[in-house]
Amino acid sequence: MRKVWDLIGGVHPPENKHQSVQSCIGTLPLPEKLIIPLNQHIGAPPKLLVAEGDSVLKGQVLAEPNGMVSAGIHAPTSGIISEISAHSIPHPSGMAARCITLVPDGHDRWADIKGVENYREHSPEELLDVIRQAGIVGLGGGGFPTAVKLGTQQSISTLIINSSECEPYITADDMLIREHAKDIVEGIKILSFILGEPEEILIGIEDNKPEAYEALEPYLQDTNIELVEFTTRYPSGGEKQLIQILTGKEVPNGGLPADIGIVCQNIGTTYAVQRAIQQGEPLISRVTTVTGNACETNKNYLVLIGTPISHLLEHSGFDQSKCPRLIMGGPMMGFTLEDLNIPVIKTTNCILAPTGEELPTPPPAQPCIRCGMCAEACPASLLPQQLFWHAQSHNYEHLEAHNLFDCIECGACSYVCPSNIPLVQYYRAAKGEIRKLSLEKINSDRARERFEFQKTRKEKEEAGKAVKREARKKAAEQARAKKANNPSGNTETSPADDIIKAAMARAEAQKASPQEQRAKLERGIVRAESHLESVQKRLNTLEQDATEKQREQALAALEDAQLRLKDAQQKLADLTLPSDTNVSNTEKTVMEKSQASPREALEKKIATLKERIVITLKKIAEADDESLKTALQNGLEKQQTKLKDTEQQLAETPAQTNESTTTPETENAAAAAIARAQAKAADQASMSDEDKLKATVESLQNRLIKAQEKLASAESEGSEHIDAFRSGVEKLQAKLTAAEAQLAQETQ
Amino acid sequence: MALLKLTSPHAHGTQNTANVMQLVLLATIPGLLALTAFFGWGSLINIVIAGIVAVGCEAAVMGLRKRPIMFYLGDYSALVTAVLLGLALPPLAPWWLILVGTSFAIVIAKNLYGGLGYNPFNPAMVGYVVLLISFPVQMTAWPAPLPLYPDGESFPGLWQSLQMVLPFLHAEGIDAFTAATPLDTFKHNTGFLVDQLYQKDPLYSRASLAGVGWEWVNLGFLAGGCFLLYRKVFTWHAPVAMLGALALCSTLFYDGGSSSSHGSPLLHLFSGATMLGAFFIVTDPVTSATSNRGRLIYGALIGILIFIIRSWGNYPDAIAFAVLLMNFAAPLIDNYTLPRTYGHKKSRRATEKKD
Repeated sequence: MRKVWDLIGGVHPPENKHQSVQSCIGTLPLPEKLIIPLNQHIGAPPKLLVAEGDSVLKGQVLAEPNGMVSAGIHAPTSGIISEISAHSIPHPSGMAARCITLVPDGHDRWADIKGVENYREHSPEELLDVIRQAGIVGLGGGGFPTAVKLGTQQSISTLIINSSECEPYITADDMLIREHAKDIVEGIKILSFILGEPEEILIGIEDNKPEAYEALEPYLQDTNIELVEFTTRYPSGGEKQLIQILTGKEVPNGGLPADIGIVCQNIGTTYAVQRAIQQGEPLISRVTTVTGNACETNKNYLVLIGTPISHLLEHSGFDQSKCPRLIMGGPMMGFTLEDLNIPVIKTTNCILAPTGEELPTPPPAQPCIRCGMCAEACPASLLPQQLFWHAQSHNYEHLEAHNLFDCIECGACSYVCPSNIPLVQYYRAAKGEIRKLSLEKINSDRARERFEFQKTRKEKEEAGKAVKREARKKAAEQARAKKANNPSGNTETSPADDIIKAAMARAEAQKASPQEQRAKLERGIVRAESHLESVQKRLNTLEQDATEKQREQALAALEDAQLRLKDAQQKLADLTLPSDTNVSNTEKTVMEKSQASPREALEKKIATLKERIVITLKKIAEADDESLKTALQNGLEKQQTKLKDTEQQLAETPAQTNESTTTPETENAAAAAIARAQAKAADQASMSDEDKLKATVESLQNRLIKAQEKLASAESEGSEHIDAFRSGVEKLQAKLTAAEAQLAQETQ
Repeated sequence: MALLKLTSPHAHGTQNTANVMQLVLLATIPGLLALTAFFGWGSLINIVIAGIVAVGCEAAVMGLRKRPIMFYLGDYSALVTAVLLGLALPPLAPWWLILVGTSFAIVIAKNLYGGLGYNPFNPAMVGYVVLLISFPVQMTAWPAPLPLYPDGESFPGLWQSLQMVLPFLHAEGIDAFTAATPLDTFKHNTGFLVDQLYQKDPLYSRASLAGVGWEWVNLGFLAGGCFLLYRKVFTWHAPVAMLGALALCSTLFYDGGSSSSHGSPLLHLFSGATMLGAFFIVTDPVTSATSNRGRLIYGALIGILIFIIRSWGNYPDAIAFAVLLMNFAAPLIDNYTLPRTYGHKKSRRATEKKD
C-alpha cells in the first residue's frame, strides 16, 4: 500500500452524493437550440469559422484555436447556425459573451471523423495537435487547454489523474468511471505516451467511491498505473492539494506542477482524450450531475455542450418555487445562476438545485472572535482570520505579506466560521482591489516618469532661454545706445520709419529667438519696401495732374524712404551682430543658418547629407553583422530620400526667396522701383489722359493679380500677414474700380 | 421567484459562535463543582450575580449603540466573561465587588473597545485586576477549604451565604472561616524547608498534589479544558506551552526543597488559578496570538511571567497580570509568527513590505 500524506486542513461537509448515483448516466432529447459560448476555456477565444445561416454537421469545427493557449469548439449536433451574438454565459458575474446559437435539425448527422489508428506510431506532437483540434480542456473545472498542459517542456516523472471529486453532491466523474473505466484507462495510457512514459502514474481517488475503485481496478492489472485511495476530505481534489496528498511535495509558490515533474489531469479529461484520439470525436458533450432536492430526479446526464440549463432542469422535475438559489458547480466553489437559459459548457460538472432547507441562506455575520477554526481548516496554511481583519481595513501590504494570493478560494474557512462571515468574498474583493491598484500603480509610475522627463526638459529649455534673454537684452541696450549716439536728424516720422521702429521695438520687447527676431526684422523690411512702393504710387498719381515741383518733391520723398529703409536694415544688422558674441555655438549655427539665404542653407545641407551618405556607405562596407548592415542600409535609404527632397527644395527656392533676402537685393529692388517709376512718369508725360488712365488701370490690374497671388500663397502657407495682404488686395480693387470709372467717364 | 445571487461557499458547517460559547460554559462545570464542594456556595452566587450584571450591561450598551440587542446577547460572550470572573473571585465576596468588576469588564474592557472581537484585553481579567488593586482586602479573603474546618462544622449554607453576600438581607454574626491559600503560605514561608512545611500545615499534609481543595478545583478545570480540546474549540498550543513553561520554571527554582524554594512544580500547576487560566483565560481567542506558533510563544511567556510574579512579585497569584501583559504583546507576536504557506519555502513576516 502506497503512503499517502494528510491533507493540510480541510473540512468534511455532508457528501450528498448518494442521490445522484442511483441510476446510470442518462441522455436527453435534443434541445430546441444549443447556445455555444466561443470562450469556454482559459486563454484566447478561438477563431470563428462559420457564419449565421450555415448548416453544420455534428462534430464540425465551429471555431479553431487561435494562438498558443486556446481551444476550438465543435457542433454538438447537426443543424443550422441561427445566430452569433452575445448571450449570458456561465460566469459568477452573470455576464454575456459571444455565443453561437445552433438550431438542431434533429438528424444528428456526423461529419466525417476519423480516429488515430495505433497512436503509438505517431509522435507526441501529432497527438497533441489532435487533442488541441478536438477542443479538449481541463474538465475538472479549470478549463485550461489540455494540449498546452501536456505539451510541457519539463521532464515529467509523475502523472496524476485526479478523480478525487471532493465537492459534495457532484458524481459526474464517479459515474463516468463506473461506466467507462476501460476507455479511461486507455486515455491514461495515451497521456502517458504523450508525456514520454513517466515513472509513476497515480490515480487519486477518495475513499467514498468504492464502486469506481472496483470498476477501475481490473483494467489496471499489468499496467504501471497505481490507484491510490485516501480519506475523503474537502478540498483534496484541488490540484495542489492532491499533489501534496499523493507525493508529499508542494507546488512551489508561483510555479506549476511541471516544475516538480508532475502533470495533473482530471479523469474526465482522460476520457475525452481517448475519444478524440481513438474515435476522432471532438469534445461536444460531457457528463453533468443534476441534483438537489428541488429536482425530482437526481442523476447524471451525458449533456451536449451548449444545452440550456432549463432543458436539463425540465427533464429533472425541477420545482423553482422550492429553489431559492441555483448553483453551477458544487456547494463549496460553485456559483449561482440567475438565468435558466445559460448553457452547459465544457467545465460544467454539476447543476445543483437545493431547497431552502438543504442549503439555507446564511444568517447575518457575527463579529470575528479570532477563534482560529478557519486557520485549522485552511489547506494553504494561511491565517484567514488575519486576512479578514486586514481585508476589512484595506491593509493591502499586510494582506500580501499574509500571502492572500495563495488563497485557492476553496471556502473551507467560510464553511467552518462560527460567526458566518463570508470570508472568501472578502478575499476575492481584496484580490480584485489589489490587482486594480497594482495596475494603477504601473500607470501612475509611467505618468510620473513622463512628468519628470518633461520637467527636466522644460528646465533645460528655460535655462537656455534665460541665456538668450540676457544676450538680447544686451543687444537691445547696445542698439539703443547706438541710436542715441547717431541721431538720424530727420525728426519727421514717416510711416516707414514707424513701421521699422515698431518692428524693432517689438523685436526688443518680445526678445524672441534669433530666428524669430530675424524673421520679424525681415518682415519689417518687407513692410518698409511696401511703403516704398506706396510712396512710388503716390508719385504715380502725382504725375498725372501735379506740377513738376510736386513731382520732384515726391521723388525726393521716395529717395528719403529708400535711405531710411537702408538705415533700418543697417540697424537690423547692428542689432543681430553683437548678440553673436554672447550666445552658444548651437544658437550661432542656428543664426548662421537663418542669416544665410535659404538657398545657401539648402546647399550646405545637401553637402552634409552627401558627406553622411559617403560615411554610411563606408560603414556598410565595413559592417560584418547582417542585422547591422540592414539597419545601415535602411539609414542610407533615408538619407538618400532626404537628399533628393533637399535638392528639389533647392530647385524651388530661388523663386520664393527673391523678395525677402538681405540688404543688397532689397536696395536693388528699391532702385529698380525708382527706375520703373521714372520711366513710367516719362511715358505718362507723353500720353493722353485717356491713355494714362488706361495704363493706370492696366498696371492696377497687374498689381491686383500679383497681390491676389500673394494672398493665395499666404493663405495656403497660413502666413501671419494674411490680413495685410487681404487689405492690400481690397485697396487695390477699390482703386481699380475708381480708375475704371474715371476711364469710363473720360471715354464718354 | 427570482434566484438569489450569492458567493461560494453555499454550504455551511453547523458550528456557530453561540455553540462555542456554550461549550466553554459547559466545560467550566467540573471546576465549579469542585469549588462549590470545597469552598461553599460562594462561587455559584458569584456567577449568578456576575451573569445578571453582565447581561444587563451588555444589553444596555447594545441599546445605546442602537444594535439589535437579542442578536448580540445571543452570542453568549457576555455570559462567558461573567462566569470566568465569577469563578476567579473569592467565594462569598460582597455583591458590590462583583457588580463593580463585572460592569467594568463588560462596559470598559469589552464594549468601549468595540465589543466582541475587538477588545485587546481579556475582559474578565481586566475586571479581576481592577478589583484586586482597588479592594485588596476583599479580594484576598478566601474561605478555608471544607476539610480544614473544625470537626462538625461546615461552610455556610446557601441562605447564609446569600446573607453574607447581600448585606441588606441582614446578616448578623455569620462569618466565614477564611484561611491562607497554598500559594499565600508559600509566599510567606521563611525558615521552613518544603518538607517541614508540608508536614506542619494541614493544607498540604492532607492533600495529595498541591493543597486541600485547590488541587481538585484545578483538576476540574483541567478536565473541562480537555473536553474543549477534544471538541476542538481551541488548539493545545497555548495551554500546553503555558503549563510547560510554568512547570519548567518551578522545576528550575525548586532549589531542592530548601526554605528559599519557590514551590514544587505540582504546587504551581495544581493550586491557585493555574488550570482556570491555562484552559479558559489564555485560550481566549480574541486577545491571544493567532497562529499556532504564536500561541506557543504567547502561552510560554505567560507561564514564565506567572512564575516570576508568584515568586518575586507582590501578589501570591499572577494569572491575571501575566495574561494582561501578554495581551499587549499578542499583536507583536502575530507579526513574526505567520505559518509557512503551502508552496513557500519559509514563513513571512506580517510587516514585510512589497519590494
